[in-house]
Amino acid sequence: MFKIILRRVLVAIPTLILVSMIVFLLQKLLPGDAVLTMAGEERDPAVLEFLRHKYQLDAPLPVQYWAWVTNVLHGDLGNSLRTDVPVTQLIAHKLPVTLQLAVMAMIFAIVIGVPMGIIAAVRKGTVTEMGANVAALSGMSIPNFWLGILLIMLVSVKWRLLPASGYVPPSEDFWLSMKTMLMPALVLSTAIAAYLMRHTRSAMLEALNADYVRTARAKGVTARRVVLRHALRNALMPIVTLVTLLFGELMAGAVLTEQVFTIPGFGKLIVDAVFTRDYAVVQGVVLCVAVGFIVMNLLADILYILVNPRLRHA
Amino acid sequence: MSAQTATTAAVTPPRSRNRAWGKFKRNRVAVLGTVIVLAMIVLAIFAPLLATHDPFQTSFMTIRKAPSATFWLGSDELGRDIYSRMLFGARASLMAGVVSVAIAVVIGVPLGLISGYFGGWVDSIISRFTEALLAIPFLILAIALAAFLEPSLTNAMIAIGVSAAPKFVRLARGQVLAVKSEDYVQSSRALGASDTRIIARHILPNIMPPLIVQATITIATAIIAEASLSFLGLGLQPPNPSWGSMLNTGKNFMVQAPWMSIFPGSAIFLVVLGFNLLGDGLRDALDPRQEK
Repeated sequence: MFKIILRRVLVAIPTLILVSMIVFLLQKLLPGDAVLTMAGEERDPAVLEFLRHKYQLDAPLPVQYWAWVTNVLHGDLGNSLRTDVPVTQLIAHKLPVTLQLAVMAMIFAIVIGVPMGIIAAVRKGTVTEMGANVAALSGMSIPNFWLGILLIMLVSVKWRLLPASGYVPPSEDFWLSMKTMLMPALVLSTAIAAYLMRHTRSAMLEALNADYVRTARAKGVTARRVVLRHALRNALMPIVTLVTLLFGELMAGAVLTEQVFTIPGFGKLIVDAVFTRDYAVVQGVVLCVAVGFIVMNLLADILYILVNPRLRHA
Repeated sequence: MSAQTATTAAVTPPRSRNRAWGKFKRNRVAVLGTVIVLAMIVLAIFAPLLATHDPFQTSFMTIRKAPSATFWLGSDELGRDIYSRMLFGARASLMAGVVSVAIAVVIGVPLGLISGYFGGWVDSIISRFTEALLAIPFLILAIALAAFLEPSLTNAMIAIGVSAAPKFVRLARGQVLAVKSEDYVQSSRALGASDTRIIARHILPNIMPPLIVQATITIATAIIAEASLSFLGLGLQPPNPSWGSMLNTGKNFMVQAPWMSIFPGSAIFLVVLGFNLLGDGLRDALDPRQEK
């Protein structure tokens, strides 16, 4: 088993290296002299020279990459070109906000999507299944920023039930924090819930057709027990993997949700950075999200190996 | 190529296509999706004829007017007609959907074919590269690319296309692996067909159905992605109308002029739903094995 896990970890390394190369090469897409863009308004030759030297921009590309990656490995993603704050510090500051949003959205998505998928599979061919399918397709098709705007118009402006924007850390006021995050998390969860529903449905349909379910039914196990104990337990594994794979989806959705609800998180950070041409921040955020994704996948695979009895004893 | 392979190749596809078409026609939801998509295409093509106003014509007299006989869907913050702007916005949306998926297919499918067919180190390199690109979420990569390439519709399409390409690499590769050992591939190899010929004449036609399904569904994703980029201000630049950027300004007038947000958003929702329904229908008809 350890061999399998070790092999899986080793496979992640070239992926990480390639991701770092892609992120590094992003800045090479910039037209013109990179130093001038990096320095922004700054035109002091000494500063330009310093930057050129720091990033070794006059050196060959592999040397530049090496310098950049060494800095990254030392936890130095460079400084914001606008505020001069280290990018790592900015990210560390914004990450908890987006994490709270993402975790809440994921909980909503699981609570909504998985039961809907189970019901749709059990009630195959009925109006209930059709309704669930329509809901899932709508969830996948609705742009979440639009849904956010509609909800703000209705819930915040018209009914005055929930705050329309902003962020309160849970450490400051737990309930207010939950209240402000409720709508954004719900909005962010729609597409994820829809995916989860569709996958749960097809995994359950497959499990319900399996021999062991037929055997369970034949020996007189109650319908409820067949669904929850026999079918669901087998259908659950692919769903758990999917949850980790949807991490990327969640991060991308968060960018838009944070924009609509003016939440000062990761997504707002990258969008603001794009407009202030703060390329170091853009690169830093992209790198962080990608590394997060790879690590999540790695953990999911290891989890899969650990809980799968067929691999556990390999 | 032997006479026998020639006949099977000539006879089988039309028959299965008819069966797929019959199945598709009976699927009411899929037909609904097709109707939505076709209607949107017609609206986009005939936008200049159907528009009631010049989509760029601003007027201080008509700022933020509610929907009426003159302004069917209301007017925006510069007094422009929202209905006419939305018709032209349909062009940007549909073009972004189709062009970026075309880019993704052109990059992704050949790489996937090569990767799956030749295997070995070529496969390893392409696969690692695909995994790396897949690790960066679609929209985040598109935002980053749009940021470094200067925001414009063309760059948004390139960014969306590039970030959607890995999906096609993966799909094509998996499909090639599945059919590579089939008899018809083995026999044409035994007959001395070249690799290029085997890939183009025997493998590609047989893996088309899942690729078509994926392309249709990816158009839906790409349209949302373009709308998202425009919403963030990284897509089509003003004053050109796009649904995403209309929503972006609309959100600043949620209270005073809700129609500025309601209608463009509905349009995105509808066209994306159309492509998703169409894709689902195509999957059921063409590729019954893959149920998702």
